[in-house]
Amino acid sequence: MATKYNDPSPLEVRVISQRFQTPNSASIDTYLATEGYDGLKKAIAMTPDAIIDTLKASNLRGRGGAGFPTGMKWSFVPRTTGKPTYIICNSDESEPGTCKDRLLMEKDPHQLIEGMVIAGWTIKSKKGYIFIRGEYRYLIDIVDKALAEAYKKGFLGKNILGSGWDFDLYTHTGAGAYECGEESALLESLEGKRGIPRLKPPFPAVVGAFQCPTILNNTETFASIPVIFRKGAEWYANLGVPKSGGTRLTCVSGHVNKPGVYELPLGFPMMKLINEVCGGMRGGKKLKAVIPGGSSAPVLKAEECIDLTLDFDALAKAKTMAGSGGLVILDEDTDIVSVALRTIKFYAHESCGWCIPCREGTTWLKKIIGRLEDGGGVPSDIDLIGELAANMLGRTFCPLGDAAAMPIGAFVAKFRDEFEGKLKQTRATKKEPDLVVV
Amino acid sequence: MADPIKLTIDGQEVQSQPGVLLINAAKQVGISIPSFCYYDGLSLQAACRMCLVEVEKTPKLQVACTLPVAAGMVVHTDSPTVRQARKGTLEFLLTNHPLDCPVCDKGGECELQDMVFRYGAGESRFREIKQHVEEKQWSPVVFYDAPRCILCYRCVRICDEGLGVHALGIGNRGSSSEIIPNHGDHLECDECGACIDICPVGALTSGTYRYKTRPWEMEHIGTICTHCSNGCKTTLGIRNGEIIRANNRDKSGINGEFLCVKGRYGFDFNEHPSRLTSPLLKTANGELRPVSWAVALATVAKRFSEFVAKGGKFGVIGSNHTTNEENYLLQKFTRQILKTSNIDHHRTGDLLGLLAALRGRKNTLATTADLSTTKAALILDADLSQEHPLLAYLLRTNWRLNKAKVWAVTPGPVREDSYATTKRAALGEEFRALGELKDALAAEAELVILFGAAIKGLALAKLVAFGDSLGIPVKYVCLLDYSNSRGASDMGVLPDLLPGYHNIADGGLSPGLNYDEMLASPNLDALWVVGSNPFARRPSASANAFVVVQDLFLTETAKRANVVLPAASAYEKNGTVTNVCGGLQKLTRAAKTMGAKSDLDIIALLAKEMRTDWVTPTVETVFQEIKRLVLGYDLPLAAIETGGVATTTPATGELSYRAQPELVRSSGNTLFTSGTMSKYSEMLNSVMESPGALYHDPNKTQERAPLETTGQKK
Repeated sequence: MATKYNDPSPLEVRVISQRFQTPNSASIDTYLATEGYDGLKKAIAMTPDAIIDTLKASNLRGRGGAGFPTGMKWSFVPRTTGKPTYIICNSDESEPGTCKDRLLMEKDPHQLIEGMVIAGWTIKSKKGYIFIRGEYRYLIDIVDKALAEAYKKGFLGKNILGSGWDFDLYTHTGAGAYECGEESALLESLEGKRGIPRLKPPFPAVVGAFQCPTILNNTETFASIPVIFRKGAEWYANLGVPKSGGTRLTCVSGHVNKPGVYELPLGFPMMKLINEVCGGMRGGKKLKAVIPGGSSAPVLKAEECIDLTLDFDALAKAKTMAGSGGLVILDEDTDIVSVALRTIKFYAHESCGWCIPCREGTTWLKKIIGRLEDGGGVPSDIDLIGELAANMLGRTFCPLGDAAAMPIGAFVAKFRDEFEGKLKQTRATKKEPDLVVV
Repeated sequence: MADPIKLTIDGQEVQSQPGVLLINAAKQVGISIPSFCYYDGLSLQAACRMCLVEVEKTPKLQVACTLPVAAGMVVHTDSPTVRQARKGTLEFLLTNHPLDCPVCDKGGECELQDMVFRYGAGESRFREIKQHVEEKQWSPVVFYDAPRCILCYRCVRICDEGLGVHALGIGNRGSSSEIIPNHGDHLECDECGACIDICPVGALTSGTYRYKTRPWEMEHIGTICTHCSNGCKTTLGIRNGEIIRANNRDKSGINGEFLCVKGRYGFDFNEHPSRLTSPLLKTANGELRPVSWAVALATVAKRFSEFVAKGGKFGVIGSNHTTNEENYLLQKFTRQILKTSNIDHHRTGDLLGLLAALRGRKNTLATTADLSTTKAALILDADLSQEHPLLAYLLRTNWRLNKAKVWAVTPGPVREDSYATTKRAALGEEFRALGELKDALAAEAELVILFGAAIKGLALAKLVAFGDSLGIPVKYVCLLDYSNSRGASDMGVLPDLLPGYHNIADGGLSPGLNYDEMLASPNLDALWVVGSNPFARRPSASANAFVVVQDLFLTETAKRANVVLPAASAYEKNGTVTNVCGGLQKLTRAAKTMGAKSDLDIIALLAKEMRTDWVTPTVETVFQEIKRLVLGYDLPLAAIETGGVATTTPATGELSYRAQPELVRSSGNTLFTSGTMSKYSEMLNSVMESPGALYHDPNKTQERAPLETTGQKK
């Protein structure tokens, strides 16, 4: 199964997606013909500290959602414990609205492998795993094939590039839980346990896979690394804005003419993305709202988007987040309550159940919003939704609870009139709300 | 220890050690932070979010159960924000909770109820349909009602970490999450019920207790479980004189909250319809007929007096279940009134051999508490988890929390294999294995050696020599099987030693016949069996003797008796028992069986009936005598009067006795058997018959004859 990939936009800055349009882009021959593994060759001549300094200078920030500086993350890994160390790639891409990691693995797996080998070399790790979302079954074969090619050419296995250092890389599939995209839950799942997050601290850098120091990054983060070594940290940093270097794969879905995955420098203006890169709103409709960083990002009203740029800090200032880089564009006809319902249904389904506020809060919210959508709402429901979201926010074991509470809180706060409008509807399918406890 | 640090909790300056969890630092100064999932001694979860507190200069509420205190920290545990958060969490918890408190076993002693009462909201904003899941039965003991479950994971942790059994896990996810057995639809476990007792709500309920009573209808009486020699403190829930429940939720006594399946659920033998409730007298045609106590006692007294008068040959077999007072009085009766030393009990470990081998050494008998603090322990020829569940639990806990090193040399696989350094050695080969471990053991700071019945006689001298050769402090535990085996020995229920292991010649007596000799003797005039069942294995012994039996049930021995006297169980009497490690503890009468009398009362009545000059003995007067005469029993009694333990220290001087290691026969009890008592426990029987054979050893399970119901009780 090959994903049909959207046509590129001339406004893109194609760095990590540069090979996406090339036929046979996943093969090592294509990769090697386009400076593939040159970054590794440079990195392998560098000291670990020099590698980490390069990453810091590149201003590369984690692409998984939290945007933590990658160089700093690597610097936390103790290198003298005597324990084995691990390199783990988080390819459990599951955030609704996000579909970039699959392209990175499908179209250019060697770029990811090269990034991981550089990470391995930095901490002299012997082993790494690419933890691929269970639903991405077809990618396992593609990545496994790439791994075999890399072994054959000596970029993996024994004595890599004559350095005397050995490194093995494996694929591992998730079992269908969004929660395992949370790094410590991913580690639990990798170790064969139930995918629930761990208590932090300690963080994976210190106590990660199999209780050992671990570098754990997102697919796109690893894939961004080779070019930094190939072209230099400064070159990469200059692609973005201060404190956020490089480019980012932006996944646009929703009511635009040309949805797709576009590689844009950090700090790209949001309206330019909608109107120029994505060809404007579908059917000439008006923009109503944007969910800017995957479904857990608080929604932005159209007027909030006007001068907004797409980078971690600008979006944080707008009280939302860049998250995983998945933008959902909603036009004037969108029923926000039904968007809220779809969103909360997802989180209620994916809550791992470990802690009370997330486990019970998501389900309760799902039931209330479902009833509201169904015409069975009562006036007190609207405040209750906001209050329940507030009772979850910041009180759950891991960020999944926040990921559910933040968007719901924002939907109610910014589109209260639409929720109130639902109260006037008659119930579509059922009688009065069930007040009797069953 | 690191320098103490200062922090402020609710305006109060608190001194604490760095690394202490905030929830515990607060507890030290009397500030209680509510929690469900935090549990002393178990791993941290941070799942219930009840313990959220405000810590100044942190952006969001902090979890007190995982947050180590730091210098200068300013904490608010009862601010409006914190109160609102607790209320919110409880509101979430109650959304899917069935609120069936009126019919829930836990109603009245439920932590969720208490928490909602203290911190929760009076009315619910939840108007949706609750998620319902049918209740499941996982074993005869354990039932699970998922909707009541708040998922605090205490049950999973006590099973994994506390017991090392790993029977429980978590299934499904989100609001459908529930606790599940790790093996299909039933439990593969010890059925100890620790998961049920630790459950803060009514999600886990027990087959013996569910829907039987409301907690407030019971009276709670602390006593000692007498199924095995470990002597766990247990709190019995009594309603109308009947035992409804056994647990130890107050965590008092030597066992804390630990109890095994026998301790928690094996009490139902006490209410078994086969309990003897009237004395029985053998008629001319060989039938046992109920008679009054007056007739029965008069018959025994008359025959005993006749035999005494003609210098007849008596045999007396005492019990390793009865109290110290009863054992003491039995040997006193035997020696003073029957004028014989033909008295013995079923020996299940070579305690005498150990005492003899240790002569001259001080401080060499390990106490129960030693098992929780020793830096190293060696289990020798014993399946500790099967036979001595508390000792196994204490060692495991010591390993888990204090990193104690545990060694085991056993003939077959044992539970301790999962964490101990173990060596397999066939019986008789153990010293070769010990030799191989010698250097490693000598490197320990100290060692407690727990050995089974196979180590007896000469092997004990060898073992003590081995202990000496290690050059480190070594203490010993001679593993014995029944609740008061140690006491029976200490009280002189022995043919050649007086109470306190005094030389028999000191009493102007000569040694009598031992257990085997009495039963093999063809010309006994009378055999008096108190709380023992010797004929089970020797159906034709003492065929010509006048046999008197005191017991709870019509055992093989009682069936052949001339007079059967119904005895009270350990739950029905006062007195003291001495556990396998010498811990003296107090039995408190909790239940009653109409018609039965305590062995002490029976012996006292016989003395009276035989017109002796005895002042009627009571538990108290006999114990005063024991304190005076039995070395190591002159103990301050405040501890045991309040449900605690006092450690006895028997003589370790030269023992003047005949070494008879052949008398030592282990009963081979398992987690689910304890001789006669367990045979009459319907719960223990049903557990053994149910699926889940992981810890059942068919070779070890005693053969269970079909039970006969005499229909005398109820």
